[in-house]
Amino acid sequence: MAQSAQTVKKRKIKGDGVWGYAFIAVALIVYALFTAYPVFSAFLISFQEYKPLGSTYIGFDNYTATFKDDLFWKSIKNTLVYTVLTVPVALLLSFLVAIMILPLRKKLQTVFKAVYYLPVVASGVALSLVWLWIFDPMPGGIFNQFIGWFGAHNQNWLGSSATAMFSLVIMAWLSSHGASIIIYLAALLGIDDSYYEAADLDGASFLQKLWHIVLPSLKPTTLFLLVTAVIGSFQVFQNAYLMTGGGPDHATTMVGLLIFDNAFKYFEFGKAAAQSLILALIIALVSLFQFKFLGKDVDY
Amino acid sequence: MSLYNNHTGSRAGKTARNTVIVVLLLLFALATLFPIYFMVISSFGDPVEAGAVSYSLWPGKFTLESYSFFFNYSEYSYRWILNSTIVAGAVTVTNVFFATMAGYAFSKLRFKGRGVLFSILLAAMMIPYQVTQVPLYILIVNTFHIENTFSALILPGLVTVYNIFLAKQFMSSIPTEIMESAKVEGCSQFQIFFRIILPLSKTVMAVIAILTFMDSWNTFFWPFLVTNTMDMQTIQVGLKNFRFANTTYFSPMMAGATISAVPMFILFFSLQKYFLEGVTVGAVKG
Repeated sequence: MAQSAQTVKKRKIKGDGVWGYAFIAVALIVYALFTAYPVFSAFLISFQEYKPLGSTYIGFDNYTATFKDDLFWKSIKNTLVYTVLTVPVALLLSFLVAIMILPLRKKLQTVFKAVYYLPVVASGVALSLVWLWIFDPMPGGIFNQFIGWFGAHNQNWLGSSATAMFSLVIMAWLSSHGASIIIYLAALLGIDDSYYEAADLDGASFLQKLWHIVLPSLKPTTLFLLVTAVIGSFQVFQNAYLMTGGGPDHATTMVGLLIFDNAFKYFEFGKAAAQSLILALIIALVSLFQFKFLGKDVDY
Repeated sequence: MSLYNNHTGSRAGKTARNTVIVVLLLLFALATLFPIYFMVISSFGDPVEAGAVSYSLWPGKFTLESYSFFFNYSEYSYRWILNSTIVAGAVTVTNVFFATMAGYAFSKLRFKGRGVLFSILLAAMMIPYQVTQVPLYILIVNTFHIENTFSALILPGLVTVYNIFLAKQFMSSIPTEIMESAKVEGCSQFQIFFRIILPLSKTVMAVIAILTFMDSWNTFFWPFLVTNTMDMQTIQVGLKNFRFANTTYFSPMMAGATISAVPMFILFFSLQKYFLEGVTVGAVKG
């Protein structure tokens, strides 16, 4: 689909301008009302102490208060820790699985793709309920039983600030690599065989081919997956909210959860809006940084 | 020739290699699927309080009592599923329709500001949802006063930029000549869209439909914000109530979780091809 799109000449039909506007009208209205206006509105609200009946303009107070707020910095730190622990492992696991699926017969490939994609399809709320029980602090809890086989003592996984973040990380390691596995596999299948043929003539080993052909060819895909995974991880909210509520002792308060709490628990809409804009800026900077330093020799 | 040496080396060596690979893949698959397995087998246990449960990996007993417990727990248990179906269904239909329309215009029609408008739309995909959540909530609840209605649940998702992007990507591969000749034959744009573009775009329409339905069915955050009575909640929000009201009942909770996941599993297994195809659209450059 996308491949042939590149080759087709970009010719457009002339003289149907009105139809063009008619066809995008609904999309534009929805966009203007439910995306563009809210973004604009977030800017305004971030400078206000929001009240349903007449807000007061308070300048940069929401921003300065945020920068002085220890909890805000802690939530940024938690989000960073979570991202650094989960994203690289998720990418590596997806890559390894895709590489292993590659030599199998077509039928078997499809079976494994489906198997690994299945958890993506399940509802996140349902899965977090399941994980709550897996991490049950009683000695009978599944995870405690599991580590018991290795002689470890049972822990209060989600209830202790020493292990709560780690528990969320384990959960991320073992769920939902389905999409990136499939994307990696598609990219692997897209590598031209002539590279391997040339390498074989030179007597290259499997590892040499992996290092000199596969890794460079997959760089754009890796960059794409990395950037989207980091963006997703910075916005993480649901798991922390449903599993730990940010506790214990704010050990798992991610910045997305902090913004949610400020908005819908304490009804500090102005503060939440300011923090969400800071988050947007951080995400933009981190993405830019990744493109700049990792995307150097990637051409699109 | 490829990454793996399929032609050199002994047949036995190749078989051994693939066997090792399959075993490794199966082991990791077991770990990945474990939560789902645990959810399903636990849902067939007796609806006793958690203190009395021994978490076992094998079903000691097979009973559907936890399912009836779940449906009897709240008079709205069925209603949650119905609400989810209505909302996800409506959002799916409008997305397929409006996203293909916009995708067609952006890929095939020439009008002033097309490039700029499309870039502005794309920019939206980079804005974290935290930025829009507060103003959107204020808009729906304080300005339009439509909280706790189907409109509040459906309207913001009427058509998403991602789906427009998918449709545009797909349709730029349809040869423009087809539309030109249809025009020469006297077709209006409306007829071209319905008689030519839509029949040729079945694949991308299916992909959009499936991904949108899945997203909408599984979404928790927005319905949780804009509903405030049990009868308007979707199944995902309902599950959460259930957790707080009934933390001590393990099996019924797993039954509820299973109920919320099973429709998606059924869809997945029957339309797997489109699910898996949809993932790569826009992500892989050929």
